[in-house]
Amino acid sequence: MDPIALSVDDLTVAYHRKPVIWDVEFDIPQGKLVGIVGPNGAGKSTLLKAIMDLIPRASGRVEVFGKPYHQSLHRVGYVPQRESVDWDFPVDALDVVTMGLYRRVGWCLPIRKKHRDAAREALARVGIADLAHRQISQLSGGQQQRTFLARALVQDADLYLMDEPLAAVDAATEAAIVELLKQMQADGKTAVVIHHDLQSVPDYFDHVVLLNMRVVATGRTQDVFTNENLQKTYGGRLTLLDEATEAMRRRERGI
Amino acid sequence: MSEHLWRVLSLQDHNTRVVIFGTAILGFAAGLVGCLTLLRRRALVGDALAHAALPGIAGAFLVATALGYDGKSLPLLLAGATVSGLFGIVSILLIRRMTRIKEDAALGIVLSVFFGLGVAMLGIVTQMNRGNAAGLESFIYGKTATMTESDARLIATASALCVLVCIALLKELKLLCFDEAFAGARGYPVVLLDIVLMSVVVVVTIVGLQAVGLVLVIALLVIPAASARFWTDRLVVMMVIASLLGMTGSFVGAAVSAMLPRLPSGAMIVLAAGLGFLVSFLIGTQRGVLVRFWRRRQLNESIDHQHLLRELYEIFEHDPDRVSVPYEELLERRSWSRKRLRRMLEQASRNGWITENVSKMEFALTDRGETEAKRLTRRHRLWELYLIRYADIAPQRVDRDADAIEHVLEPEIVAELETLLDKELGKTRMPDDPHAGGVGS
Amino acid sequence: MMGFDWNWQLDGWIVAAGMLCAVASSLLGCFLLLRRMSLLGDAISHAVLPGLAGAFLISGSRSSVWMFVGAVIVGVLTALLSDFIHHRGQVDEGASMGVVFTTLFASGLLMIVVAADRVDLDPGCVLYGAIEQTPLDKWEVPGLPFAVPRVVVVLSIVTLVNALFVGLFFKELKISTFDAALATASGFSANLIHYVLMTLVAITAVACFESVGNILVVAMLIVPPATAYLLTNRLRTMVILSCLIAAVSAWGGHVMAIVVPSWFGFRSTTTAGMMSVATGVAFMVAFLFAPQQGFLPRWVRQQWLRWTILADDVLTLLYRIEESAREVGGHPATAPGSAFAVTAAPLAQTVPWVAETLLTNRLAVKWAMRYLTWRGRVRPVSAKDGGADSGPAEGGGEARLPVLTEVGRREAETIVRSHRLWEQYLVTKVDVAEERLHAKADRLEHFTDREMQDQLDEQTDSPSIDPHGRPIPNPDQP
Repeated sequence: MDPIALSVDDLTVAYHRKPVIWDVEFDIPQGKLVGIVGPNGAGKSTLLKAIMDLIPRASGRVEVFGKPYHQSLHRVGYVPQRESVDWDFPVDALDVVTMGLYRRVGWCLPIRKKHRDAAREALARVGIADLAHRQISQLSGGQQQRTFLARALVQDADLYLMDEPLAAVDAATEAAIVELLKQMQADGKTAVVIHHDLQSVPDYFDHVVLLNMRVVATGRTQDVFTNENLQKTYGGRLTLLDEATEAMRRRERGI
Repeated sequence: MSEHLWRVLSLQDHNTRVVIFGTAILGFAAGLVGCLTLLRRRALVGDALAHAALPGIAGAFLVATALGYDGKSLPLLLAGATVSGLFGIVSILLIRRMTRIKEDAALGIVLSVFFGLGVAMLGIVTQMNRGNAAGLESFIYGKTATMTESDARLIATASALCVLVCIALLKELKLLCFDEAFAGARGYPVVLLDIVLMSVVVVVTIVGLQAVGLVLVIALLVIPAASARFWTDRLVVMMVIASLLGMTGSFVGAAVSAMLPRLPSGAMIVLAAGLGFLVSFLIGTQRGVLVRFWRRRQLNESIDHQHLLRELYEIFEHDPDRVSVPYEELLERRSWSRKRLRRMLEQASRNGWITENVSKMEFALTDRGETEAKRLTRRHRLWELYLIRYADIAPQRVDRDADAIEHVLEPEIVAELETLLDKELGKTRMPDDPHAGGVGS
Repeated sequence: MMGFDWNWQLDGWIVAAGMLCAVASSLLGCFLLLRRMSLLGDAISHAVLPGLAGAFLISGSRSSVWMFVGAVIVGVLTALLSDFIHHRGQVDEGASMGVVFTTLFASGLLMIVVAADRVDLDPGCVLYGAIEQTPLDKWEVPGLPFAVPRVVVVLSIVTLVNALFVGLFFKELKISTFDAALATASGFSANLIHYVLMTLVAITAVACFESVGNILVVAMLIVPPATAYLLTNRLRTMVILSCLIAAVSAWGGHVMAIVVPSWFGFRSTTTAGMMSVATGVAFMVAFLFAPQQGFLPRWVRQQWLRWTILADDVLTLLYRIEESAREVGGHPATAPGSAFAVTAAPLAQTVPWVAETLLTNRLAVKWAMRYLTWRGRVRPVSAKDGGADSGPAEGGGEARLPVLTEVGRREAETIVRSHRLWEQYLVTKVDVAEERLHAKADRLEHFTDREMQDQLDEQTDSPSIDPHGRPIPNPDQP
């Protein structure tokens, strides 16, 4: 068995009177691409934020590489939702990526050439090296997402938490990001990705967490991503669409 | 002293009556308008406009004096203030719409540049004729105590006008504050509405300016509205509360200053309103800090005791022959720390739900505890079932803290869920834990 | 030299004080602006009143050290309290600031009044400052041959501290302003940086308004950074630019304070007020003329775009007329399937007709044609061309349309090709309704470069006719 990268135990988060997620419990082995899937309001973003101590939790324990989050903070990279920052900020794409390195640079010390080179390389890896000096508001949605991803890349973390990196991006960006995720996996990184598009889950992720306020199922995609579990996660309305997907998949595989 | 108090409170002095009446009306209108600007996320617009009025006042004075009229005629000065206030509004809107500069900076730019201009013009005014110009200073510090009847009448008229506009356009302004883009898409003249709202602010600001002074009129616009937000989540209620708070604050402040004439009434009004804010901040029933803190604690405690009782219930359900559960076993079942589990057990024991052995290391459910645990477990499992059955709509409706599932869901759905439970389990109505089936991993 | 009464001993020091205040404030102001906390300076400078009064009441002296400490403490308290109310009470940021500073200001007024017999504090002095009195209170600074006004010494120190802070912690300020969560996760506590910044803002505000008045601090905290924000997309440039703008405005403001009133026959007016007006002038200039963000350049760009689109439209219209004339041997009026089928043949293809077809006015069309002629895309119909060349235009002598040159034809072909490829693409891939097809393609055709055209061609399987049945020209294969 692989070592555990992220272990969530008995996690309950509540706002006001309403619990948002409860009794969430799962382990994620190292080196997996993990999709967190669930309907709107199922508490996906809340789960990520609770893992990172950004919101208070009512109960529960989170361990990252066997330690509490704040002790392994440096091994975690977070890709927030795109709307979370001010894109009018006067910085260019390269600056944003370089921010991922600030921790390594340290207090007060200036950015040196090697840092900028590392940032450029990360931009090249996400395929937008030529946009390094573009002001960030002039990037398209997909390019902004790639910039965020490049920033996560230079952090050189071992566990990445990504909040809907594939939401509202063009097809080319989606392909590029997925390609990158696979590369990261090949390098032994673990990525936990909130994902909204059911059709592509089996193609992108080898591990899923089906979440609807509590964990419906978690495990290897081929074991867990079943029609029955999806129905438990999404409810009856999805069945039709789902059966169609299933049929498509089967035909593609030639069964 | 008490005689004096009585005189003030019974409004026997004509002067006191005028001052209290004028400021109370102003407080009422400002509270109402303040709600809208607060929800428009433009709470400090009054700040900017109050400052922006200064060059208008100084300019009106300069022009009037140069042309040989009485520079200190109030309507003239107010007209000047209104004109430059409107200029301020237009500048704010232009900066907001034409550049990427955000709201707060747009307000700040207008505030400081206009005020700078006003100060520079006042510098000239003071050279013209010292005796004449002294009155202009009162726009900055206010002259509440010397408010005349005509001032009060002016305030009353202007305030009534603002209140009427706000009430007449309530629906539209609400939409503007809530979702500007949507209002625009629905064909409402957003810019026009914005200007109407801001004009109302200008009017309140300017009549307030000469009554309570520059800084303090901002307080009347901001504080009552912000205080009201702690008590309610509904706009209309909020507006009523804010108006009343504004009125009360003004009344109390003006009354105190009438009793102790050394205290400046403007400052007293703001302090009274500030006190109102403090009280609302602490004990406001919707968002008050103490209330929220207490609710959070309650919630955490109730989650804890639900977890504990369900855990105990499941242990005994699994193995009906068991008599008690040791502490160490409980500790392992969830992510509780020792201290926390200890506290939870003590609480449960105080509630009469569990009994413990002498060493306090073995625990069992009492009859009462069992009933409670059964209820909680049933509720929990019904909710879980509901989530699975109605997964698509469930997240919006699940309210696990409701005393009974029946309070949230329609009876038919509860009945359906119960049938499902029965079907799976027969008479006990307690199905196997859905988790225990081990879906997935 | 400057045509008015300028005394370096007096005015020089006043300008120096103004500039130092301006630079110190705008250094920090850039970050306040980006954190959307611009009004904090305003709040702090109002709120310090109780700090001044309290310091006096407690220490019993008017020593400026005590006043300074008291004011800074209350200034920081303003920031902390606003933050507290904003976070704990979920109150809008602006509103929480408003609540705090007005209440503090009121209590300050109260304290002054209550202790009036003991305190000699003029609230007016706090608001306007007395920059004109700068040169009166001088200190002997060791090592300098001349005496320096106290204010200038204090402001120099503050400016230096601010510059050091921004210089040393530039990276940390940037990351914590842009993305506080990432900053905290990277080990730079966003909160720590935030509070240091707040403290410096309080110190700066207090140091400045003691000497030059609060109105100037507020203006310098907000306006120069906002001006610089309109001029650049780089944070570093923005900080440097805003300092420059601030310094120049301070100078210009003082000059204005002396010069402008003299036009109306008055003596000089409040310098601090005029300095903030000067920043306003700088902002207005940037607002109008900033290369990217400015109002006029944007307007010109828009007009230019509209103009080139119109010229393109005229060009393609000429091409289409030519095309339909080719199809039916000189009788476009009856050309089947043409979107531009014209029924009234004599009136057709005159300037008024073009203007109507393109939904614009005649003047614009005439100018567009002149522009196209100048660029060599079209040439006017000369007498020897007769009616033979563009047969249909027999309607009106002087209103006859020009004809395409070879270059113009090739350019028109490219645009028409884009248009029809887009139509094909929209029908086959996007499923756009037929009646909206033309309008949509009309927009897109102007923004389609060669590369995109090839992609379109590929994705629509290189069609030879568009959804309306018209051929798709290909300039490469004539």
